[in-house]
Amino acid sequence: MPVPAIEIEGLTKDYPYGFLHLKTKRSLENLSMTVEEGEAFGFLGPNGAGKSTTIKLLMGIIFPTSGSAKILGRSIDDVEMHKDIGYLPEQPYFYDYLTAAELLDYFARFFGLSARARKERVAKLLMKVGLETAGKIQLRKYSKGMLQRVGLAQAILHDPKVVILDEPMSGLDPIGRREVRDIILELKREGKTVLFSTHILTDAETLCDKVGVIVGGKLQGVGRPDDIVGMKANEMEILFDADANDSRSATLIAKATKSGSRCALRVPEEEVFTTLEELRAANAKLASVTPIKPTLEEYFLHLVEKDRAQAAAIEVSGK
Amino acid sequence: MSRVGAIAWNTFREAVRDRVLYNLVFFALLLIATSILVGQISIGIETIVLVSLGLSAISIIGLLIAIFTGVGLVSKEIEKRTLYALLSKPVRRWEFLAGKFGGLVLTLMVNTAAMALGLLLALLYLKHALEHGDATVFIAVYFILLKLTIVVALALLFSCFTSQLLAILFTASLYIAGLFISEMRNLDGSRVGPAAKVFFSWISYLLPNFQNFDVMAAAAHERAVPAVLVLHNTLYAVLYSTIVLSAASVVFSRRNLK
Repeated sequence: MPVPAIEIEGLTKDYPYGFLHLKTKRSLENLSMTVEEGEAFGFLGPNGAGKSTTIKLLMGIIFPTSGSAKILGRSIDDVEMHKDIGYLPEQPYFYDYLTAAELLDYFARFFGLSARARKERVAKLLMKVGLETAGKIQLRKYSKGMLQRVGLAQAILHDPKVVILDEPMSGLDPIGRREVRDIILELKREGKTVLFSTHILTDAETLCDKVGVIVGGKLQGVGRPDDIVGMKANEMEILFDADANDSRSATLIAKATKSGSRCALRVPEEEVFTTLEELRAANAKLASVTPIKPTLEEYFLHLVEKDRAQAAAIEVSGK
Repeated sequence: MSRVGAIAWNTFREAVRDRVLYNLVFFALLLIATSILVGQISIGIETIVLVSLGLSAISIIGLLIAIFTGVGLVSKEIEKRTLYALLSKPVRRWEFLAGKFGGLVLTLMVNTAAMALGLLLALLYLKHALEHGDATVFIAVYFILLKLTIVVALALLFSCFTSQLLAILFTASLYIAGLFISEMRNLDGSRVGPAAKVFFSWISYLLPNFQNFDVMAAAAHERAVPAVLVLHNTLYAVLYSTIVLSAASVVFSRRNLK
């Protein structure tokens, strides 16, 4: 049986705060999920949802309050497993006194590469991220977008099996985002497992085999982008033309959105046939009946609003 | 060990590219040059003035670098989040600390050597030839370096769990306390009370003993330093630094980096 690339079980993280750190704030609650080998997994959530916390836990930057995780079958406490993992931190900062080529060469030393192999690898990576002409410029002179590219280059420098990217599109212009998307797609083609966090939903819809939505530190759902939105009840959109002066169609027209003579009516799936009957009786002209598939964005916003409403309810009851 | 070496080399490279260090070393060399002038108006004790001022300059500048750079070794990496990418490589946290420590000690070695060379040239200028007794000057420089090694280890330990400002305060306090070890051990019990005498006597064995590293007077008067003291101080510095670094490693290995 193949081992999942990433296996998370009951991961919880509390941050202490206040005087003497006696109070705690839960940033991540009982997160369990798996990412299969070769999968592109999008970790979605608004700011402060717990995406970066999860990634930092996986990378050993912070330690869990409870729970465990494995990457390629090895515990996240095992530092040697980092040989097979690439990581891009959110808003990456690097040693600004180094050039991009020096930084990549420095990081390549941790993988036991010879000087020649390092030189070749660094040149290849700089070309891949479009920095071949800027490789000898100190990083303090780099723009945010250029730093993001250096970050990507250092993440895939050692040809890792699993690549974890924390907000890889953040701070990039449309061209930069397109280039990062292309790199992720290339990694996917090469059979790598890619986990990336984002709040840009179109990126997740385009790139991911599977997405996980996290809101308020809790995982709300995991699945294929199409399946995950299917968790919400579908609606149908009925387009029709009707005579506004006909009293039989007045009720239906009042409920619809009008654009010229065309009316659009959204009804739950189970009410479609009843509505069609009413339209027929009103002598309306049917144009189309289309199932409305909610987008990932709608699903996402629905979850965020639900979480906010719950938080507000808890606050009110607390008072 | 190659990982520790890579981190040490990068730490050294960072220091080399920092212009502040050049300014400090230049200032020390300027002090040594000035001490030649001061020596010339101190008839008969020119060498004593030069050696005393020169060694003091090396010690003070070294201390400034050790404390101020030392406390930033870890905290700066956490604040700037440069550590995130580094720790995602197959690097253990103790290896990171050992590399940072090694890099700063290497920087101090190079800086101290440059300042010692300045002192050597100043001595040559004044005496036209070096004598056997001048060897103590270099032993004194070696002892300064050993002392700085302990200071770097302490600065690194404090920077693992507190802010830069507090780390500077703690390291400087321990350094100053370490200059008064014999006074702590020889407190008059009838004046401070028996409990305080026992307390200070015990604590004096925990604090770094920097008094043993001070051979400035012997160097200025060209008196020989016993070989056993060289051996004792070397072992003491190695052992003390290792213990402090091990403590730093324990603290840092479970620290959440935010």
